[in-house]
Amino acid sequence: MAGITGKDATLTAYAEALAKAPKGRSLTQDAFRRLSRNKAAVVSIFVVVAIVLFAFVGPYFAPWAYDKVDWSSIRKPPNFDKGHYLGTDANGRDMLARVMQGTQMSLIVAFVATMVSVVIGITYGAIAGYFGGKVDAVMMRFVDIMYALPYILFVIILVVIFGRSPVLLFVGIGCLEWLTMARIVRGQTLSLKQREFIEAAKAGGAGPFTIIFRHIVPNLTGPVVIYATLTIPEIIITESFLSYLGLGVQEPQTSLGTLISAGAPVIETLPWMLLVPAAVLITMLLCLTYLGDGLRDALDPKDR
Amino acid sequence: MLGYALRRVLSALPIALIAITVCFFILRLAPGGPFDTGRQLPPDTLANLRAHYNLDQPLFMQYLIYLGRLFQGDLGPSMVFDDFSVAEMLAIGLPFTMMLGFSAFTVATLVGLVAGAVAAMNQNHWPDYVLVALVMVGLVIPNFLMGSLLQLVFGVYLDWFPAGGYVPGSIPHLILPITVLALPHAGRIARLTRGSMIEVLGTNYVRTARSKGLGARLILVRHAIKPALIPVVSYLGPGLSYLLTGSLVVEQIFALPGIGKYFITGALNRDYGLVLGTTILYLFIILVLNLIVDVIYAWLDPKVRFR
Amino acid sequence: MRITSVLKAAATAGALSLLMASTALGVTLNTMNGSEPGTLDPHKASGDWQNRIIGDYIEGLMAEDAKAAPIPGQAESYTLSEDGLVYTFKLRDGIQWSDGTPVTAADFEFAFRRLFNPATASEYAYLQYPIKGGSEIAEGTMTPDSADFGVKAIDDKTLEITLEAPTPYFLDALTHYTAYPVPKHVIEAKGDAWTNVENIVGNGPFKVTEWVPGNYVKSVKSDTYYDKDNVKIDEVLYYVQDDLAAAFNRYRAGEYDILTDLPADQQKIVTDTMPGEGRFAPFQGIHYYVINQEKAPFDNVNVRKALSISINREIIGPDIWGSGEPAAYAWVPPGTGNYEGVTPYTPEYIELTYEERVAEAKKLMAEAGYTPENPLKLQLRYNTNDNHQNLAIAISAMWQEIGVQAELFNAETPVHYDALRAGDFDVGRAGWLNDYSDPSNTLELLKSGTKQADGTINWGNNYGRYSNETVDKLVTDAASEQDLAVRAKLLGDAEKLAMDEFAAIPLVWYLASNVVKPSVQGFEDNAKDTHRTRWLSKTE
Repeated sequence: MAGITGKDATLTAYAEALAKAPKGRSLTQDAFRRLSRNKAAVVSIFVVVAIVLFAFVGPYFAPWAYDKVDWSSIRKPPNFDKGHYLGTDANGRDMLARVMQGTQMSLIVAFVATMVSVVIGITYGAIAGYFGGKVDAVMMRFVDIMYALPYILFVIILVVIFGRSPVLLFVGIGCLEWLTMARIVRGQTLSLKQREFIEAAKAGGAGPFTIIFRHIVPNLTGPVVIYATLTIPEIIITESFLSYLGLGVQEPQTSLGTLISAGAPVIETLPWMLLVPAAVLITMLLCLTYLGDGLRDALDPKDR
Repeated sequence: MLGYALRRVLSALPIALIAITVCFFILRLAPGGPFDTGRQLPPDTLANLRAHYNLDQPLFMQYLIYLGRLFQGDLGPSMVFDDFSVAEMLAIGLPFTMMLGFSAFTVATLVGLVAGAVAAMNQNHWPDYVLVALVMVGLVIPNFLMGSLLQLVFGVYLDWFPAGGYVPGSIPHLILPITVLALPHAGRIARLTRGSMIEVLGTNYVRTARSKGLGARLILVRHAIKPALIPVVSYLGPGLSYLLTGSLVVEQIFALPGIGKYFITGALNRDYGLVLGTTILYLFIILVLNLIVDVIYAWLDPKVRFR
Repeated sequence: MRITSVLKAAATAGALSLLMASTALGVTLNTMNGSEPGTLDPHKASGDWQNRIIGDYIEGLMAEDAKAAPIPGQAESYTLSEDGLVYTFKLRDGIQWSDGTPVTAADFEFAFRRLFNPATASEYAYLQYPIKGGSEIAEGTMTPDSADFGVKAIDDKTLEITLEAPTPYFLDALTHYTAYPVPKHVIEAKGDAWTNVENIVGNGPFKVTEWVPGNYVKSVKSDTYYDKDNVKIDEVLYYVQDDLAAAFNRYRAGEYDILTDLPADQQKIVTDTMPGEGRFAPFQGIHYYVINQEKAPFDNVNVRKALSISINREIIGPDIWGSGEPAAYAWVPPGTGNYEGVTPYTPEYIELTYEERVAEAKKLMAEAGYTPENPLKLQLRYNTNDNHQNLAIAISAMWQEIGVQAELFNAETPVHYDALRAGDFDVGRAGWLNDYSDPSNTLELLKSGTKQADGTINWGNNYGRYSNETVDKLVTDAASEQDLAVRAKLLGDAEKLAMDEFAAIPLVWYLASNVVKPSVQGFEDNAKDTHRTRWLSKTE
C-alpha cells in the first residue's frame, strides 16, 4: 500500500533540500541535538524501544508460552491467578504471550522487508544515478511505470501462490517497496558523483562498483533512515491487510494483523482479544510516524 | 502536452505486457486449480471442464490464446461465475467501484486540504493538536478494523445508516463505506498539506506579503495555496491506487457490488480469467490516473516541464 | 450536533425511499445468501448459495417439503418396476414455464441429456450417474443423443427413467438441482444466455426478475406455479455477502430476515440476546481428518488408533467452536436414510475415560517408537477457516501429550484439496455433506481407488487412500442389493470394519446454523439444511 505515511513526498522534499544544502558537513551531531529537542520524537523513541523489548524480551518473563493451550481457560477474560493477564483466545492460549509473539513477528516482517527494499533500492538507484545517460533513463522509466502497477494485487498473488511463510512475506513485500528508495538514491548519486572525493577515487583507479558501494552508499544515511522509519509502519499495515484476507502467517505463530483480524469480529463477546493487539499496533504506528517526522526535521540540511 | 501523454502511454505498454505475462504464468504455476474443491470430480467430468476452458492445451498455447483474445478486447470466461464473461463481470462492477473510489477521493481530498490548512494556520495551537491527533488515528487504524467498528456502531447500535449492501442511488448506504475509505487518505493529505503549508507560510515572499499588511485569508489564497499543493498532488497518484486497493476491504465488509472483491475471491478460487482481468483493469486505470496527476502536477509546478 | 441531525435526516429519507420501493410488492423476504451465485443454470451450479435461488425458481420431478423430505413436485405420481430399475413418472396437469409454455416430459429428457453432455461440463453430473447411460455420455463413450440413454419421454405427460442398478435413494437424488428440468424452447433459442435475466424462465414457485452481480438476486412469486395459492412470500431477495462477521451485523441491523451462516464465536450472542432466533440443527455431514496411509508410520493401524483416540471430541463443539457440534465416533451421520435396523457404530474405546484413552494412546505410540522426547513429526493441513484453524490448534495440543508434534499448515481451499488429492500430506482436514440421504454416500469415501486407462489410480474423495478389499466388496455388493434390510446390513458391516481399522478420524457431525427473525414462520430445521421459500411466510 503505497504511501501510508506519505513518505514519497516527504522524501522527495528531503532530497531536494539535500541537493541544495551546503556541502561537506557531518550530519550526525547536529541531527542528534535537534532530534533530542523534539519532544514527540524522543517520547516515540522510548515507546518504540519499550515495544521492541516487550516483543523480544517479554516472552522470557511471560507466564505462558504463545502456543501453550490452557484447556481450563478457553475464551476467558483476564485472570491474574492463572497468569492470563490479558485473557485467553478461542483456543485457551494466553493473549499476553500471543501479543508479544505477534508484535515480534510484525516487527520482523517489517524490518526484513524494509531491509530488502533498502538494499534493492540503493543498488538500483545508485547504479542508475552513477552510470547516467541511457542506462539511467531506461532504469528510471521502469521505476515510473512500476509505480503505476497495482502493487497490492501482486503481493496477494505472490502470497496465494507461494504459500504463507513469513520469509516470502518479507521478500515479496520488500521486492515491491523499493521504488521510492531507488528514486531518492538515484538523485543523491547524481549530485554526489560530481564531488571531489569521487573524482579522487576515480583518479585512483577505483571501479564503478567500488565507488558506488564504498563512497556513495555510505553518504546516503539520512534518506535511508527516514525511509526505513516510514516504511516499517506501511509494511505493518500491509501485513495486517493480508491477515484480514486470511493470508497471514502460519499458526501457531501470529502477527498483530492476524490477532486484530481475529479479534475484530468478536469485539462484543471477547473484547480482550482485540483491544490489546490493536492498542499495540496503533501506538507503534503512531510512534514510528512521529519518529520519522522528527528524523526528517532533524536531518533537514536546510536548517543547518 | 498531447505528445507527452502519448509517449507516456506508449512506454507503459511493454511494461503492462510484461506484468500480464508474469501474472499469467505465476497464476498457472500455482498449486491448486479452479476445480479443486471439497469434492473431487470424476476424471471424465474434470476432463470436460478442462476442455471447456482450454485448460487442456499446453500452457504456452493457453497464453497465446489469452493474448489473442485480449487484443480483441475479450478477457475470456470466468471459471467460477459461469453465466458471465470476465468482461461482463467487470463492466457491471467497475462503475460502482469507480463511483465509490472517486467519492471517497473527493471527500478525502477536500477534508484533508481543509484540515491541513486549518492546522497549519493555527500551528501549535489547539486546533492544530486536535486535528493532527484525529488525522493520526485515522491513519493508523487498519481499514478492516475501522470498517467493522463503524458498521457495528453506526449500523447496529445507533442504526443511523444501513450496515451494508447497496441500493442504486441511495446515499445513506454509501456513507459508511466512503468514510472508511476516505479516512486514511484524508489523513495523509492533511499531513502533507499541513507540512507544505507551514513551509510556504515561512518563506520570504509570504513574510513580505504579511509585512505589507495583507490579510491572512488573502495571503492564503493568493500566495500559499498553489505552492502548498505541489507535494499533495504528487501524492495523489499513489493515493488513488491505494484507494482502489482499499476498496477490496470495504466492498467485502459492506457487501458492495464492486470489482475489488472479485480480485480476492478470484485469486483464492483460482479463477484465472477473473484475476487477470481485474489486474489488467486496475493496471489500466492506475496508468491513466497517474497520467492525469502528472499533467496537473506540471501545471502547478513551473519547474517541471513536459519532458 | 447539526451534522448528526442532517445525516440522520438523510438516512431516514433513504430508508423511506427504500421502504416505498419494497412495500409495493407485499411481503419481501431478505435472505443472506453467501457468495455471488455466478450461475443460475442448474447444470452448472455447485453450491448451496446457488441451490437456494435455483430451487426456488425451478422444480424437479420431486420437490422438498418444509423438512426437505422428497415429495411429488412436477410429477404427480410414479411407479417403480419389479426389478427396481424403471421409474415411470406421470407429470401434473397444467404445469407451465413462467412464460406460459407447458412443461413436458421432453423438457426433462432434454435436461438430463444436457446435464451429461461433455460440452455442458457439469461439475455435479455424477450425482445422477445411477441413470443408465449417464456416465457413458459424460465420458464420451456414448453420444449425448443416443437412443440407449435411460431417460425417455413416452408422451408429453409420461417420463420413463431406467437405472443402471436399483438405487433406493434415487427419489432423493431427484430433488437435487442436477435433476431439474430446463426450458428446452428457451435454451434452443438463446443457448447459454438462457439464464440472463431477460431470458430466464423457470417452473418453480418463484421467478427471477433481477440479478445484480455482487449485490443480490431478486425473485418474485410466479403466477404460473401450480401451487401458487399456498405461496405466501411475494418477493425474495438473495443477498451476496461474503464476510460473515459483517453479515451478522447486518442481520442485527434488521437488514436480513434469514442469516444462513454464522461466524465463529457468535453463537453466544445469538442465544443470549436473540432467544429462539438461532436455529442449530444436525446437518447430515461429517468433519474428519484423513491420514495418509501410503506413508509410514500411518500405515500402522495402532498409530492411527492412537491419533484418533487421543482426541477429546466432546470439547470441540461446545468449547473450541462454541457452537455445539456433536462429537462423531462413527462414519455414517445419524439420521441418514436407508440405514434402518443397523445399530449405530460405537468404537470399543468409548468405554474408556478420556484419561485412559490418552494413556492407551501413549502406550500405542511408545510401541511404535514415539515418545514425547522422540516425537512423531507430522504435518497437519487444513483449509483457511477460523473453525478449522482453532480445531487444528486444539488437536495438535492434544497430540503433544502422546508424543506427536504436529506442524500446522493452512492454505486456501484449492491448494488444500490439490495437496490432499496428490497425497502430499500426513494428516489433513476434510468434510463431507451428504448429497443424498444414504449411507453409501459417506461410505464411498473409504472405497479403494479405481485404476485409470493411463495406469494411475484415481482415489476420488478417499484422500487417505484407505484400502480394504472386504470393505470394497461390501459396498459394491450393497450397490446391487435390492432388499433394503440386507443392503443396510452390508453397509453397516463396511462401516464397522473401516472404523475399527481407523480408516479416517471422525471428529464432529456438522451442524447447520441459521438465524431466523421471529417474523418468519415455516422455517423447519432439517438435516439437509434446505428451506424452500414456498413453505415460508412472514408477518410484518
